[in-house]
Amino acid sequence: MSELLTLSAVETHIGRYHILHGVDLAVPEGATTMLLGRNGAGKTTALRTIMGLWRASAGEIRFGGSRIEARPTPDIARAGIGYVPETMAVFSDLTVKENLVLAAREGAMDESRLGWIFGFFPPLKTFWLSRAGTLSGGQKQMLSFARAIIEPRRLLLIDEPTKGLAPAIIGALIDCLAEVKRRGATILLVEQNFRVAQEIGDSVSVMDDGRIVHTSAMAELARDGALQHRLLGLSLGAHQ
Amino acid sequence: MIMPLSGDPPRSRCLSIALVIIVLVLALAPFLFGGAKPLNVTAKICIFIALAASYDLLLGYTGVVSFAHTMFYGIGSYGIAIAMYGLGPRWGAAAVGLTVALPLAAALALVIGLFSLRVQTIFFAMITLAVASAFAVLASQLSWLTGGEDGRSFSVPEVLRPGFRVDVLGLNITGRMLTYYLVFACCAALFLLLLRIVNSPFGRVLQAIRENPFRAEALGFRTVIHRILANCIAAAAAAAAGALNALWLRYTGPDTSLSFSIMLDILLIVVIGGMGTMYGAIVGATLYVLAQNYLQALMGWVSTAAGEAGLPLVPSLFHPDRWLLWLGILFIASVYFFPAGIVGKLRGSR
Repeated sequence: MSELLTLSAVETHIGRYHILHGVDLAVPEGATTMLLGRNGAGKTTALRTIMGLWRASAGEIRFGGSRIEARPTPDIARAGIGYVPETMAVFSDLTVKENLVLAAREGAMDESRLGWIFGFFPPLKTFWLSRAGTLSGGQKQMLSFARAIIEPRRLLLIDEPTKGLAPAIIGALIDCLAEVKRRGATILLVEQNFRVAQEIGDSVSVMDDGRIVHTSAMAELARDGALQHRLLGLSLGAHQ
Repeated sequence: MIMPLSGDPPRSRCLSIALVIIVLVLALAPFLFGGAKPLNVTAKICIFIALAASYDLLLGYTGVVSFAHTMFYGIGSYGIAIAMYGLGPRWGAAAVGLTVALPLAAALALVIGLFSLRVQTIFFAMITLAVASAFAVLASQLSWLTGGEDGRSFSVPEVLRPGFRVDVLGLNITGRMLTYYLVFACCAALFLLLLRIVNSPFGRVLQAIRENPFRAEALGFRTVIHRILANCIAAAAAAAAGALNALWLRYTGPDTSLSFSIMLDILLIVVIGGMGTMYGAIVGATLYVLAQNYLQALMGWVSTAAGEAGLPLVPSLFHPDRWLLWLGILFIASVYFFPAGIVGKLRGSR
């Protein structure tokens, strides 16, 4: 399987803080790669560095063979990378419809794809013309996720999509992720919930202190409780 | 009703009623009021609606604080004044003035934007303040062109002169009335055009940028380019409003077109009316210009009435000389009670 995204010795500084210390990461095309790690390990910074929201101070980021670490964020997004931040990033003054229209940059939304999204997230249809700011936390996360998949993207960067969500919404998100993956998208997913990670991940990389400290198949990590404990600091049970 | 409003109706019964009343009064002003002052006030309301709406595009929809808006307003005013002073009172001269002033304002906005909209908004605000101050000094120094501190008085085409009279269906229409309707129609067109822009896909991107520029960039939008475009559109609209003001006054000078107090007026109008609403420009401009022109007289009347009634303290409290103090209090009260502006409050309560 070829690699769609690779990070080689990527360093990121935020102000005077050195956050990423030479990150090496490979995301195979068509697979779901989980990025795990304790809080503060640098997972969100890694995603933001890929998107160009933080500039890599050293190292190389390649997407589809082209270097992107020096390109502006809009160009990276237009190259086919969708980003779902962890903060339920909707535009609250705009309606649900307007949020999705914005994300479908190339013009009108594909009605069949919209219907497909409504199948996973029915509240988006219900609140179609409501301001996004009036949605609940779970509905905002649905909208944030829907915005990333309203157009087919080659790569999806998703930051803790299940954080603080009700189990029913997590189920819908997992179903949707599985379907997006089945349709051929490549996903790099940061997730704290190990059960979710285990369910949808093909491969896993674990970060600690701004470095990748472990890379393997997801099944391999799922089988090894001691390794999980050493890498993630918590038992599988506690992560559930 | 919806189409001219670009699918963005007032969304509040009280607001709709208030807007209909304001628009009707402005449309019929030449027939409703006698004397020069009321017509001057209504013309100023029309011009400030267009001017404040153009600033709302920048501040309310894009989240950009600029102190150079009066500079663009001044460019429009001086464009008309210099052209008509130099080329004579002809429509062609007005067209030349506009043809030079509008692109000049947009080009200057483009240059300022290219140099400063990449930085944080606070630096942009400071840069616009510096550029506007420099432009005001330049305008007063280039007296051979601008008339310096005295400004430029000029003649307008004959049909717009006060002495011009024509009978239409038994109504005696004066040149002043024709000028008023020219101002009214152009301001209405400018407002509807700006309303169309903020409700277009471009306007939605501006709103997204205002709310979170990083998020908008992550969706693939070049925020700097969108901000610069908004700055250019707002500048051209402000220049058009300035040209109308010059045409109405038949005069342009630093005090009427470049003064920093005009910038404060625009800021207060947008905040009082409601940022990011467009309709706030109509409500804010009406209330603010009315207060500016009639609060002093109203206070004089209250002060005299209270004095005649023998009330203690009230006559001195409402002494006409204290009108600016009361205007300030009214502004603070409106911000305190209507933090989202009057339009925001009315829309919230339906």
